[in-house]
Amino acid sequence: MYRYDEFDRRLVRERVAQFRDQTARYLAGELTDEEFLPLRLQNGLYIQRLAPMLRISVPYGVLSSEKLRKLAHIAREYDKGYVHFTTRQNIQLNWPELEEVPDILAELAEVDMHCIQTSGNCVRNITTDHLAGIAPDEVEDPRPWCELVRQWAALHPEFAFLPRKFKIALTGSPADRAVSLVNDIGLRLVRNEEGELGFAVYVGGGLGRTPMVGSLIRPFLPWPHLLTYLNSILRVYNRYGKRDNKWKARIKILVKAWGPETFAARVEEDFEHFRDGPLTLTEEEVARVRAFFTPPPYEAVDPAAAARELEERALADVAFQRWRRRNVLAHRVPGYAAVTVCLKRPGVPPGDVADWQLEAIADLADRFGFGEVRSTHEQNLLLPDVRQTDLWALWRELDRLGFASPTVGTLADIICCPGGDYCSLANAKSIPVAEAIQRRFEDLDYLYDLGDLRLNISGCMNACGHHHVGNIGILGVDKKGEEFYQVLLGGRADGQASLAAVLGPSFSREEVPEVVEKILEVYLERRFEGESFSDTFARIGIEPFKERVYG
Amino acid sequence: MARIIRGGEVVEDPWILVEESPPDPVAVPRPAMLPLSAWLSLPPEVRGQGDTAPWLASGEEFEEAVDALLQAPLIALHFPVFRDGRHFSTAFLLRKRYGYRGELRAVGHVIRDQLFYLTRCGFDSVQLREGMDPEAALASLADFSLVYQPAADDRAPLLRRRS
Ligand code: SF4
Repeated sequence: MYRYDEFDRRLVRERVAQFRDQTARYLAGELTDEEFLPLRLQNGLYIQRLAPMLRISVPYGVLSSEKLRKLAHIAREYDKGYVHFTTRQNIQLNWPELEEVPDILAELAEVDMHCIQTSGNCVRNITTDHLAGIAPDEVEDPRPWCELVRQWAALHPEFAFLPRKFKIALTGSPADRAVSLVNDIGLRLVRNEEGELGFAVYVGGGLGRTPMVGSLIRPFLPWPHLLTYLNSILRVYNRYGKRDNKWKARIKILVKAWGPETFAARVEEDFEHFRDGPLTLTEEEVARVRAFFTPPPYEAVDPAAAARELEERALADVAFQRWRRRNVLAHRVPGYAAVTVCLKRPGVPPGDVADWQLEAIADLADRFGFGEVRSTHEQNLLLPDVRQTDLWALWRELDRLGFASPTVGTLADIICCPGGDYCSLANAKSIPVAEAIQRRFEDLDYLYDLGDLRLNISGCMNACGHHHVGNIGILGVDKKGEEFYQVLLGGRADGQASLAAVLGPSFSREEVPEVVEKILEVYLERRFEGESFSDTFARIGIEPFKERVYG
Repeated sequence: MARIIRGGEVVEDPWILVEESPPDPVAVPRPAMLPLSAWLSLPPEVRGQGDTAPWLASGEEFEEAVDALLQAPLIALHFPVFRDGRHFSTAFLLRKRYGYRGELRAVGHVIRDQLFYLTRCGFDSVQLREGMDPEAALASLADFSLVYQPAADDRAPLLRRRS
């Protein structure tokens, strides 16, 4: 895990002092509303429907037990006792007081956390694969590279006033669990024919009003040039991105207007000039950062014995067996596993965790691992380094906390933005829709029969709930002041990201579960044995679904 | 005279910002900052006197005029609104790509909260928006004592300092 040194700490402290001063000057009338807006946004502070919202940065989704305990304390002291995990692996507080935000930032700084660039028209927190460093299918651990990008982007003087927000995702695995192709820049670690390490660079992906999959502009960028190249992309965007229309200001619109080839040529032209300049990464710097991510002291476990023990447990207890199938993931190290802490169950907004639960998870991370916890873009948490021989004990603990719902990756594991219950941009509520669907499809055998299925819900076209890359996507729309829901089908967020297509006219909230059921009927009737929803959809197209739903 | 921030202090500055292209650029009172096209239309010997300077609108293409710009004693970059950040890149390019060594000034809607980033991108003088006190603003020059990444100033980035 990356650990701050005195430099990182000093910068965060100075940022807190700066924001304290900015808030005071705003309250004293020296800064206008218009001027304070981007300053507070770049410190994660929104003014929401009911109260301010503060977004806390979780760089590439890595947390520690110490940080969780501090977050629990903050949730209790400054908020209503819970926090919300977002699809960008960050954390949101829904009820802080504006006057107290500088104090919250100071508390966060004590555990090396901050809200820098979690909002606003700047380079946002970088995201990655939640299985980084432990996935068996990885080309290379993405975390050191994420950390290098984080430092490059933090308080970057040239790119603090971009045309629009800017999101970067970096993945080390071809399975692309970071959904990098729907980011402004997607970086995939690859090796060339000589075995050298580099990045495939995609630009112009994104969801929102005009969803697009990123275009490959550099199949192989040697690693020393990573930051120089990113700088060139950002510079071209900063200079030429549209600024007069908020809806046309993302880099994807520029890439589309120019065409990826022309865009790439402009980037290369700038890059050629600055290549081998002061942003070039050196072996020493990369080695220094990599040293933070060396494997923790794994114990030698006898995998065969562990497997035997697990099988016996599983035979004796079907609930444990179910949980193990759905919520436990393979690990690079023999005898170890990664465990999803499932934050989804009916009655609780997806991604919400109470203060005492954060503390309980922190204890589990210490007891069943090395004190590390990850947040996932699916709005769950992950304990990355669990001994297989501990799985049974951990399961019992998670079950007691309500985090062992054996439904990870199924229809019940819904991604859902805060929507109209919290967000002032929303067209419609999203949380009650998620709950209604979860309640309708509670039968585990049915969920397992459906298999892996991603259902994503956004309360408006800003798409924080990633509805375009759900196999089934649901989007809140406004029809003459009333809340309606559009249904989309066929998106996918794996290595071959693709965008969902709209099924047809929208539905009332009450109709949505019924519509989902009809869609699932078509899939179950038409699938070949073992065929996933995405593959069936790709084969039969949208028509059969339309006929069933509207026919 | 305008009160601007330069070299870490507030100074009185004689340069006059001519916002619209004048009918006869040679006739304007000097020292004058003129729209780029007006400045380029001056006879070379007038430009050579060093009491005229160009100002660039945000997003204005300047690469074709770089040879002339490099001779200017001062280049002003105008911010129509503070959150239009294009000139952060203009400044960086003038300094680091084209090697401009004269004075680079931010004018227009510029706020003190941008001072640190402006100096990092190569600006050496700033005229804040009206109503913002430049004396008080000097404190913002020292908002941060460290930087992660290299830019157009000579602060040593942490990227190089730690390994
Ligand atoms: S998708 Fe819309 S409603 Fe949902 S959180 Fe984002 S902005 Fe708010």
